[in-house]
Amino acid sequence: MLYARLIVSRLLKAVIVLFMIIIFNFFLIQLAPGDPAAILAGEAGATDAEFLRQLTERFGLDQPLHVQLWRYVSGVAMLDFGFSYRQQVPVLDLILERLPATLLLTGTAFVLSLVLGIVAGSLAAARVKKPSGSIIMALALIFYATPLFWVALMAVVLFSVYLDWLPAYGMYTVGAGLEGFAFALDVGKHLILPATTLALFFMAIYTRMTRASMLEAAQQDFVKTARAKGLKNSVIQRRHILRNALLPIITLAGLQAGQMVGGAILTETVFAWPGIGRLMFEALQQRDYNLLLGIFFFSAALVIVFNIITDLVYRLADPRIKEAS
Amino acid sequence: MRDTLLSIRHLSIALPAGADRDYAVEDISYDVARGEIMCVVGESGSGKSMAANALMGLLPKGVRATGGEIDFDGQDLLSLTEKQHRDLRGLRIGMIFQEPMTALNPLMRVGDQIGEVFEAHNRLTPKERQARALELLVEVGIPQPEKAIRAYPFELSGGQRQRVMIAMALALEPELLIADEPTTALDVTTQAQILDLIGDLQRRHGMAVMFITHDFGVVAEIADRVCVMRHGRIVELGAAQTVLSSPQDPYTRDLIEAIPSDVIPEARGAETDTPLLEVSGLDKVFRSRGGLFKPSREVHALRDVSFSLVKGETIGIVGESGSGKSTLGRCVVRLERPDRGTLSLSGTDFMHLRGEALRRERHRVQMIFQDPYASLNPRTRVGMAIAQGPIANGMARPEALARADELLELVGLGGTADRFPHEFSGGQRQRIGIARALAMNPELIVADEAVSALDVSIQAQILDLLEELKQKLSLSLLFITHDLRVAAQICDRIIVMQHGRVVEQGPAREVFLAPREAYTRQLLEAIPGREHELADA
Repeated sequence: MLYARLIVSRLLKAVIVLFMIIIFNFFLIQLAPGDPAAILAGEAGATDAEFLRQLTERFGLDQPLHVQLWRYVSGVAMLDFGFSYRQQVPVLDLILERLPATLLLTGTAFVLSLVLGIVAGSLAAARVKKPSGSIIMALALIFYATPLFWVALMAVVLFSVYLDWLPAYGMYTVGAGLEGFAFALDVGKHLILPATTLALFFMAIYTRMTRASMLEAAQQDFVKTARAKGLKNSVIQRRHILRNALLPIITLAGLQAGQMVGGAILTETVFAWPGIGRLMFEALQQRDYNLLLGIFFFSAALVIVFNIITDLVYRLADPRIKEAS
Repeated sequence: MRDTLLSIRHLSIALPAGADRDYAVEDISYDVARGEIMCVVGESGSGKSMAANALMGLLPKGVRATGGEIDFDGQDLLSLTEKQHRDLRGLRIGMIFQEPMTALNPLMRVGDQIGEVFEAHNRLTPKERQARALELLVEVGIPQPEKAIRAYPFELSGGQRQRVMIAMALALEPELLIADEPTTALDVTTQAQILDLIGDLQRRHGMAVMFITHDFGVVAEIADRVCVMRHGRIVELGAAQTVLSSPQDPYTRDLIEAIPSDVIPEARGAETDTPLLEVSGLDKVFRSRGGLFKPSREVHALRDVSFSLVKGETIGIVGESGSGKSTLGRCVVRLERPDRGTLSLSGTDFMHLRGEALRRERHRVQMIFQDPYASLNPRTRVGMAIAQGPIANGMARPEALARADELLELVGLGGTADRFPHEFSGGQRQRIGIARALAMNPELIVADEAVSALDVSIQAQILDLLEELKQKLSLSLLFITHDLRVAAQICDRIIVMQHGRVVEQGPAREVFLAPREAYTRQLLEAIPGREHELADA
């Protein structure tokens, strides 16, 4: 009941926030230099003023700004994001076609970084001042400090070119016509390199944070209470220290999850992964405003959704929050 | 001769290199017999908890026992492996700690935390554990035990949490219960209840109790035998009655005398009758800010509070936590703005002053805070910390710093202006806090629990200092405290508060000797060691 009310109130707020984002983005795009019709016409090799005028009219670019805005907002309200100027396809279709690939990549990377980061951080916390703990932290620092694209390129060189274990680019083997389980396996193979690369950076952050947070939690009085009960050290580490140390991790994970749509441009480019990131980059270069606005909308919506999810998870993890709400 | 359960022989525990002394405790020996309550008394830094931690195998990192032995029922505890030690903890030796607010895991239900004790020693099935946990909660007298077992610690009060701690420690019927300052963080009435409970359970289960405390009042309340420690050594050891009535060691005598024995203040009258502070009908409501879809909540911190303070007078505001006494203090210095009522300072309406006018008048009322550690900026030299107020009010920097030097001299810390706060002890920091308040040439000082965090002997020194400064500088004092013994020592008049209301007010002697209200009587009766004639010698 409590949660139902909470979710409803959050969703209502989310709608308001999204509405403001739509309007803000719309004006932001208007400020950008370059006329999409001129660019389209230029690419088509036409310098004819009449053709340019036709294009402008077709996209409604000749209308006053407030009319354009009204058309756009009322369209979005019915999930109509307009047509891509360039590809002549509804924006929604373009995005929905690319979204699964990006979510698969970033979602895998997210889970991977979270799980491995927390495990590595707990191990490092339990082995503080021992060589094994220091090694974990040194590795985390290296992954944290190394540029993502470089790690990606080196991974391709090592695992694809040199060892030939994994495919170097793409999401599936083109033209293989695989289906069912074989297709999933193929995609999985393609996924390993980009997902791991993307995960490394956040994994390093989670490792450092988990360790610091656990060392802090270990100083708390209730840990001494747990020891006075005669509990085993492993139980104390897991049940008392780690659980309390996870709270700041949840906040951070929420932030990372919000970046799932837009955060993988570099990785998608290096690995030729057919995701939203590349779509956005292309749209930007081609002044494909409708498409760009659509992508902005989806990334904003995802950030908001993950914010709500983070809030709920935090409430589950920390009973004290309920009281405050 | 009673049956000895625990025997500590020539125990020495070394501190890590670089500590202020080499040994936490040095060559200490004492016994605890089955079924007796042994109080280990000492001030902070005396090493009183060290032996207990050593026998639990819970010494802090870098601290280790270097000599002697701890014999527990025929077993030398210092030679146990970690595994053997673990099997002993919770099963044969239970322990409760000082801070009930932080000693329980905030994310686990109370029932699960009690159940863990059985789990640690592989007793019972999960279902039976919960049933036992419920029985234990009933035994330690938690209200609504069926609800409490499913509660999270933050849903319980401090006293209730301490009861949960006791339930946990008692779960496996240990032969020895170690209680490390279990009542220090609690209100007087709660403290009295917890002491009763521990005494009662001890008798019923025939446990031995090792009770660590700094408070001789508590000793008088429950101890069979006492061991007084200072600087890591035992200064006095004996039956509680003997030690309390005829202490042999001068240090013990000091400690006992530092506690006002009869809690009856002398009759004192104010020198003048010019009113300085007049408060009437003060109301303060705290509202939690409601959100777009969230209702706001209200807490009435003050309800219709009225009193007046004449020049040169010390008024004590006493009450338990949540009584509104601190809010009242903060309203008087205008850190909070009351919702209704009047607040005037020698005729000036202090409550409705704003901006520049408030800034000009502010210096007249200054505050000394409770926590001498948190109330000083760790990165500001103390001279500067004192001078900042006057500088903000337009005094030239060199002049303000020179004044800070004088003030430090006045509070007994001459020549320390260029040191940082961490170089001082708690009592010294509180002196700095006093100097800081004095720097503004106030007429009224509000001291919010100013001595509560200090050891008794230091408390006495700070109270003496306040009294002396008050005379010398003709100050008035609003002294907020939960400790009636402290209030009795320095206050001319007492205001008793409960739930934001003034329950009773009057001359200190009258309030203590002939309390009119039931709540005041209840508070007075809860003072530990009250029935005992302490330090008659």
